Amino acid sequence: MTRLTINGTARDVDVEPDTPLLWAIRENVGLTGTKYGCGIAQCGACTVHIDGVATRSCGVLVSDAAGKQIITIEGLAQNGVLHKVQKAWIDHDVPQCGYCQSGMIMAVAALLKEKAKPTDADIDAAITNICRCGTFQQAREAIHIAANA
Amino acid sequence: MNYVPNMNRRSFVVGAAAVGGGLALGLDLPLGPQVVRAADGAPEVNAWVVIRPDETVVIRIARSEMGQGTLTGLAQLVAEELECDWSKVTTDFPTPGENLARKRIWGDFFTAGSQGLRMSHELVRKGGAAARMMLIQAAAKQWGVPAAECTVDKGVITHKASGRSTTYGKVADAAAKLEPPKDPPLKDPKDWKIAGKGVKRLDTPDKVVGKTVYGIDIKLPGMLSAAVKDCPVFGGKLKSFDGAKVQGMKGVKKVVQVGTSAVAVIADTWWRAKSALDALPIEWDEGENANTSSASIAEWLQAGLDVEQAIVGNQQGDIKSALAGAARMVEAVYSYPYQNQAAMEPMNATARYTADKCEVWCSTQNGEAALAVASETSGLPATKCEVYKTYLGGGFGRRATSQDYVRQAVLIAKEMPGTPVKLLWTREEDMTHGWYHPVTHCRMLAAVDANNNVTGLHMRISGQSILATVTPGRLQNGKDPATFSGLNPGGAEAAFGYTIPNLLIDHSMRNPPIPAGFWRGVNINHNAIYVECFMDELAHAVGQDPLEFRRRLMADHPKHLAVLNAAAEKAGWGKPAPQGVFRGLAQANSFGSYTAACAEVSVNGNAVKIHRIVCATDPGHAVNPAQIERQVAGSFVYGLSALFYQECTVKGGRIELENFDSYDSMRISGMPKVETILMPSGGFWGGVGEPTIAVAAPAVLNAMFAATGKRIRSFPLKNQGLTLA
Repeated sequence: MTRLTINGTARDVDVEPDTPLLWAIRENVGLTGTKYGCGIAQCGACTVHIDGVATRSCGVLVSDAAGKQIITIEGLAQNGVLHKVQKAWIDHDVPQCGYCQSGMIMAVAALLKEKAKPTDADIDAAITNICRCGTFQQAREAIHIAANA
Repeated sequence: MNYVPNMNRRSFVVGAAAVGGGLALGLDLPLGPQVVRAADGAPEVNAWVVIRPDETVVIRIARSEMGQGTLTGLAQLVAEELECDWSKVTTDFPTPGENLARKRIWGDFFTAGSQGLRMSHELVRKGGAAARMMLIQAAAKQWGVPAAECTVDKGVITHKASGRSTTYGKVADAAAKLEPPKDPPLKDPKDWKIAGKGVKRLDTPDKVVGKTVYGIDIKLPGMLSAAVKDCPVFGGKLKSFDGAKVQGMKGVKKVVQVGTSAVAVIADTWWRAKSALDALPIEWDEGENANTSSASIAEWLQAGLDVEQAIVGNQQGDIKSALAGAARMVEAVYSYPYQNQAAMEPMNATARYTADKCEVWCSTQNGEAALAVASETSGLPATKCEVYKTYLGGGFGRRATSQDYVRQAVLIAKEMPGTPVKLLWTREEDMTHGWYHPVTHCRMLAAVDANNNVTGLHMRISGQSILATVTPGRLQNGKDPATFSGLNPGGAEAAFGYTIPNLLIDHSMRNPPIPAGFWRGVNINHNAIYVECFMDELAHAVGQDPLEFRRRLMADHPKHLAVLNAAAEKAGWGKPAPQGVFRGLAQANSFGSYTAACAEVSVNGNAVKIHRIVCATDPGHAVNPAQIERQVAGSFVYGLSALFYQECTVKGGRIELENFDSYDSMRISGMPKVETILMPSGGFWGGVGEPTIAVAAPAVLNAMFAATGKRIRSFPLKNQGLTLA
């Protein structure tokens, strides 16, 4: 048993210690908003916050995540109030198929915590998620909207 | 922890008497006093519209939603005719089993070829209109007034003369008992209030909080998970595996052969199944394709450029004489590689099999095909099978081409009767067991006279046919009409936009043993590169401006020309570009829409920066302009990712590239500014999700030529050392 703290709640998961955090979140904890896309930390669909840092959870072992604060897309809203990135995403109608969007929103939320008003160059450097539908133009606009919210 | 999605619980009952199996078998009876009800008891006014007492309007959506926005667009069309309150609209996917039981009342579920709206707009609008008429009729009947004296606005029905009003929710039950009108008249699109407007997507709120359920997210009580490996060589077989080696690993329930070519591990979690599968000793019988390679395929396709006989797609005049009498000829040979769709959600399906029922939950572009596969694989009649469609984490044709993942899931579930099993492919399995964008080579050969007029063109395509692989029954005397996308002599679907007096466009069909399949755009993508880059080559060869050169050849194709002119004008063609920036043009007609692009590019060493692309599209009617803009920009990401990064190379009969580290895709940093000119001219219905993808690559390539003077004719550009800046 490994104890994980996910969205503020302690969860004991019965997995091998070398299980990627992604799969513990999806299968053992049952939070499926965090997505599997590649398993090699390339696409970013599985991005969560670990102690506030945007992290690709397919590349983190459960044993290394124990004792840390893990936030998933389901835990981004606080007290029922959407995060400003989620709100901007709705206002600007960003998602298409939406599959990669949990990861992208988590990455953007972390960026805005670090840089309140990111430039386009900051966005290019920090947001490296793959989106096959290609909603990058809307995403960039929504990031600026969220930054100015 | 287990969450059972809504679609698992939905069923229909007729009146008070529940029909076994939950399907409304009574629906083909004259409706009479029978009321069809959704599972929550709300009355179905007709197949498209359910209205709840709280005024919620549930609109049934037969087509799949994979990001292209069809769900919202179809709901807009129904709501427009229904005259309901858009803020009260929600949607629901009827199941393929229900469609079967109700004699395909919802029509075709197939969602590909940019057909979602354009092939069902009339059916769904009539559904909305009929429901509106029945709701008004029900109110009029209650009041004892003529229906013609009643009006409706946002679901509120009013009889002005008597000052009475009521709502859809109050009369829905009575309306459901009425005879539906036979042929309800439809609004003129110029009177649209909901359709034609850039309303927000209905599916966004759930997508930003992680609530949307995709196939991969299905959870059922007692469910197990499976990981699969199919023979890495196409056409190969499973020779043997040593299940005993992994049987004792934690969580492993069973190791099973899947068909003749695959093996799966079933475990309590997918990660344990996958870990055991990785440890499983497997031997393959690689079969006769084990020596196939990219080089051997290329050699065979190259030879197809020179054979005498080929399948004719478009022929005008006498190309032989034109070439023989030419003052000079211009020739270029292009080629286009295999590419995987690489939808973000890897292939998966969940199946539960018992001796008298087979159920499948999955992301699919073709729910009815999934049902047929479930039936065929389970051995049960389709009436004892059901498919519950989820949202799709991308489709791009992969989930339309083959339901192979459904077949595998059912085969695996049959090994554990009564237990739902979720099969999920790894990204590696997905990349190497695809249905790929077909490979083709193409020779363009033009005859030019002494006055620099193009008098003839021979376009020879050599390579793979999708239909020959996927649906051979749709070949027409051996010809794959889809091969000639954008090259047809006429018609509104995908016509060649140039008038050349002596023209031959033909196809030497060569089908290597790598499966070809549908893709976003697909044949039009390489055809547009071949035609539009070569038009650019010809313009330069005769010393003419590429826009003026095209205009002369396009005079008889006003819709093609209109979008080209619009894109060129807005981009500032003919005016100076910013320092170091160069422009390129392209146009194409596919999936019933006319599209053109003007790209602005700068090249710095090996780095290509795409600054801006102006795109013009005429889809006939525009149901949601805001979503069309998003599809245009998104299609460019897909098309330019393909141009720069994507090739599935073949070695030893298998696909070499296994994941996004070697099969890259554009990131936000490469995204150009996309400006969309939406110019629906009416009178026809064209597609949106795919058509514009085709013009991105040739416009960029032509701009790169303008920048460098170097013409690139084989792809992806990474093979030339070029990267997207």
